[in-house]
Amino acid sequence: MLQIRGLTKRYRTGDLALKSIDLDVPDGQVMALIGPSGAGKSTVIRCINRLVEPTGGMVILNGANVTALGGRELRRARRRMGMIFQEYALVERLTVMENVLSGRLGYVGFWQSFMRKFPQSEVDQAFQLLARVGLDHMAHKRADELSGGQRQRVGICRALIQNPDLLLVDEPTASLDPKTSRQIMRLIKALCEERKLSAIINIHDVMLAQLFAERIVGLQLGQIVYDGPPNRLTAEVLTRIYGEEDWSATIRKPDEDGDEATSQPRATAPLETRQPHHDRDRMAGLT
Amino acid sequence: MTAATIAPRHWRRPPLIKRASLRWALGLSALVYLALALGTIDVNWTRVWEGLPRGARFFAAFFPPNFTGRWNDISDGILESLYMTVASTVIGIAISIPVGLGAAKNIAPRAVYYFCRGILALSRSFQEIILAIFFVKLFGFGPFAGLVTLSFATIGFYGKLLAEDIEDTDPSPPEAVRATGAGWLQWINYGVQPQVMPRMIGLALYRFDINFRESAVVGIVGAGGIGATLDTAFNRYEFDSAAAILLIIISIVMLVEYSSSYVRRWVQ
Repeated sequence: MLQIRGLTKRYRTGDLALKSIDLDVPDGQVMALIGPSGAGKSTVIRCINRLVEPTGGMVILNGANVTALGGRELRRARRRMGMIFQEYALVERLTVMENVLSGRLGYVGFWQSFMRKFPQSEVDQAFQLLARVGLDHMAHKRADELSGGQRQRVGICRALIQNPDLLLVDEPTASLDPKTSRQIMRLIKALCEERKLSAIINIHDVMLAQLFAERIVGLQLGQIVYDGPPNRLTAEVLTRIYGEEDWSATIRKPDEDGDEATSQPRATAPLETRQPHHDRDRMAGLT
Repeated sequence: MTAATIAPRHWRRPPLIKRASLRWALGLSALVYLALALGTIDVNWTRVWEGLPRGARFFAAFFPPNFTGRWNDISDGILESLYMTVASTVIGIAISIPVGLGAAKNIAPRAVYYFCRGILALSRSFQEIILAIFFVKLFGFGPFAGLVTLSFATIGFYGKLLAEDIEDTDPSPPEAVRATGAGWLQWINYGVQPQVMPRMIGLALYRFDINFRESAVVGIVGAGGIGATLDTAFNRYEFDSAAAILLIIISIVMLVEYSSSYVRRWVQ
């Protein structure tokens, strides 16, 4: 679905951020990209939708070479890639609904969006998505009235209303508390399963990456140094990615019990688990 | 015990100029220059003393203010000034929006940026009076010259502040809007405009206020409005009418000031 070939980025300062990356993401795969600050995680996902212009290499989404597109075609390609941001990147002075509907900007004309006259089907879809993440009662609030976790859920709705094939997620939990972080990751994971979406999730919390991703790619100084399942992430691998450190507390034991066990990447029963999660998200939204 | 063994270490804020000699030399020369400059001002204290009663008579002539004697001229002047103010604020802001967008470094291409900054610099380099003298020569006496003057001055003021406000915006919401596949205008409308709007509404009202005050000034050089009426009143030694005009100007400025602070609080 997504193929990356020889992706290279050199910033104008001369820093070589990505050194010829090759990566394939198949349909419906949730992949975590881990690595230390400055390893190039953000650059990878921004080169995919070309918020950052790659210096070399190719990004191929569903057979189309995104790196060769210009103007209108690029904007069309961007519609197929929803993006979720670290600090939510909501427009704070706009309402929740306007923020969600801004995900449709690639589909509607300027006057339509300027007058906020979005087609009824898109408004319906926005309300459905907000209901799915437990925020439909917040539709008319301004985005800056929301808590961090609520804002990120609005960000998720904005990405999903694009009807994307691929989610690009940049440090979704970096500004959230541990509990909300888990809820947000669980929500992203569940939504990807429901909608058969692929996702690339940049995350520096190794434990969360292991919990919610089915594949982990480790990036270090612009190069891929690990690509494999979460359970093969050993102390030795983490040292290769991050450098020398005592990793014994970070690595998740396969037999860990409690809350985590139900949400293990492979332990899926979406229809059974969705309802309680939904209610829990709603509770988090209200409190 | 251990505290006694640690020698006290002195700390002082590092001075702006490191070399003490240079610091003292600069301070002293500034003082000497000030003394010399004051010495060149020739104040004739007897003239100041003689002028005091003349000044008192001048101010006494302002009272009581005469609103009725020249009411037709005054009301015409005020209305003309208000028309000039409204029209020049609207026209000036309408033109300064594209110029300001072009003059914001973070959203405009380099060539457009320099071109728009050039327009702003040109508009800001001349004071309203100079512009008014120029436009009166160009278009003849009357409010049209004043209208053009104030519109032109508004572009420099509003365009520059808009550009700077855009440069100060948080880049991440616009980035997110761009990632959805939005076009350029949609990007501005959703990503940038909400961030700058409250301040820009406040500045529009502030500029309205400035334009009204300037409309009184440009009239003195022949560009119409209440300034022309005020100038005429002074030339005819009708100080009571002049006082009436001044009181009206003050009250209108205060009214605009009060309403603009109210509106600004409301849009935040």
